[in-house]
Amino acid sequence: MQIEVKNLTHIYSEGMPYETVALTDISFEIDKGEFVGIIGHTGSGKSTLIQHLNGLIKPKSGSILIDGVDITGKDVKMRDIRRQIGLVFQYPEYQLFEETVHKDVAFGPLNLGLTQEEADNRVVEAIRLVGLSYDEIADRSPFELSGGQKRRVAIAGVIAMKPQILILDEPTAGLDPKAHGDILQMIERIHEVQQNSIILVSHNMGDIAKLADKVLVMDRGKLALTGTPAEVFRQSDLLESLGLGLPPATFMMRVLESKGIQVSTDILTIEGAEEELYRILTRGKN
Amino acid sequence: MIRDITLGQFYPGNSWIHRLDARIKIIWTFVYIISLFLIQSFWGYIPVLVTLGLIIGVSGVPLKFILKGLKPIFLIIVFTFTVNMFMTKGTPLIEIGFLTITEEGLYNAAFMGTRLVLLIIGSSLLTLVTKPINLTDGIEKLLSPWQKLGLPAHELAMMMTIALRFIPTLLEETDKIMKAQMARGADFESGNILNRAKSLIPLLVPLFISAFRIAQDLAMAMEARCYRGGSHRTRMNGMKLKKKDGAAVILMLLYLAVVISQAQGLFGRFI
Ligand SMILES: Nc1ncnc2c1ncn2[C@@H]1O[C@H](COP(=O)(O)OP(=O)(O)OP(=O)(O)O)[C@@H](O)[C@H]1O
Ligand SMILES: [Mg+2]
Repeated sequence: MQIEVKNLTHIYSEGMPYETVALTDISFEIDKGEFVGIIGHTGSGKSTLIQHLNGLIKPKSGSILIDGVDITGKDVKMRDIRRQIGLVFQYPEYQLFEETVHKDVAFGPLNLGLTQEEADNRVVEAIRLVGLSYDEIADRSPFELSGGQKRRVAIAGVIAMKPQILILDEPTAGLDPKAHGDILQMIERIHEVQQNSIILVSHNMGDIAKLADKVLVMDRGKLALTGTPAEVFRQSDLLESLGLGLPPATFMMRVLESKGIQVSTDILTIEGAEEELYRILTRGKN
Repeated sequence: MIRDITLGQFYPGNSWIHRLDARIKIIWTFVYIISLFLIQSFWGYIPVLVTLGLIIGVSGVPLKFILKGLKPIFLIIVFTFTVNMFMTKGTPLIEIGFLTITEEGLYNAAFMGTRLVLLIIGSSLLTLVTKPINLTDGIEKLLSPWQKLGLPAHELAMMMTIALRFIPTLLEETDKIMKAQMARGADFESGNILNRAKSLIPLLVPLFISAFRIAQDLAMAMEARCYRGGSHRTRMNGMKLKKKDGAAVILMLLYLAVVISQAQGLFGRFI
């Protein structure tokens, strides 16, 4: 599965007084199995961009090629696109509607035309994958679960469709630190087990630095920067001017550097920082 | 998509019409609606069209925007047109099977259709050029004389404010949930009526839950700010009639006079 976006432009409510240019001339590529992070300030067009990728919004101009097939074309079957590309919206728990968790998770697979049996198997698998106990939860109403559990059930509803590309729009928004960590771990696990590409929209630079192979930086509807996390987070001045910060570990290294301590500032994760500090602190002794 | 529905929406602007007192605009709209029912012939529509054109021109609201608001009611217009066309007795014009279109029917259909379109355009214009908050203030003021008879003017106005305020919010919510379910393979567009009705469940259940949640949050927020209904509430900006409001009233009377004299033919018949 490979995605190629070319010169994508989108305008909301064109011709109306409150028309908004949400995306201008966006181009990028995502390779099979890649983990891509999208960052950008509020209203920079991240959600708009990802909704294009599975055909929920049609672009004003430009094209989106999935394995070479342009999904903006007229005769593309939406069902085929939705089978390949799963999208988890911001606050996905608000889309739950069935009587039981099992039925809710089965909604997507059944829509894809799977048999009840196949769908049931996938439900069991998906609920496990999001870290919930199937036996405990399957027959309960989704509305009586806790916020974090609801979120996982909603995510299970999408991964039960086994998309080859899974897009998550701020999946950790509004969760406590523990639930935040759990969801991230869960995403890593899904990436490993299903071997799919993942596109993660997040405001948390630390998460992106840790997980992503490639980062897209959005600014006012334009693609401001792309590259590996190391390349992107090296540009701290540019990021700051776009209203974005650095991952905590990188930030710490920069501060140390500004105090005259000679450290590498290409550190992205807490673990990396730990090693680097250990190296610095033990340097004199050997 | 669904968010582009313009009915009941405000079109931001600062024209002469936008700045008129809301009460005047409400009364104007009522007069306009009544005038439509006084008209008995196509000629009678001329002053209406001219007035409407002038108002739209001055207000700066693009015609395209107004016509877009007609879309959701298009079916009703077609229905009215068709019923009138087939159900009026008279000289037959065309016969299709057991259905006959009569000359009178065609005339009636066109007449009623025009009336309906003008009615909707005129009344949607009110919300297009009046800020919701001013609109409800205006309604409250206009209803306040009835308060002595026990009419809860403030509460009614508040209900209207909230309803108007939440149209866009609920549309946005609908749009969001629809997209989320479409991403899970839901299909809202194809299939027969029964299937389509069924396919609405994944949309309606979350929508109702959202609506209740929003209502509860709002109630809580009002409570927290000690909202206690209408009695003893004062306003930051009182409504004061200005010169241009007087001018608008004069224009309204002029308009009414023209329409009534047009309709004289009918009045003459009755007297
Ligand atoms: N359905 C819509 N109709 C009109 N304008 C919209 C719509 N959705 C988004 N916009 C506008 O498009 C722009 C981009 O919005 P988008 O939701 O893509 O931003 P975002 O990067 O996801 O922001 P956030 O981080 O807050 O989620 C914003 O200016 C927003 O107001
Ligand atoms: Mg967003």
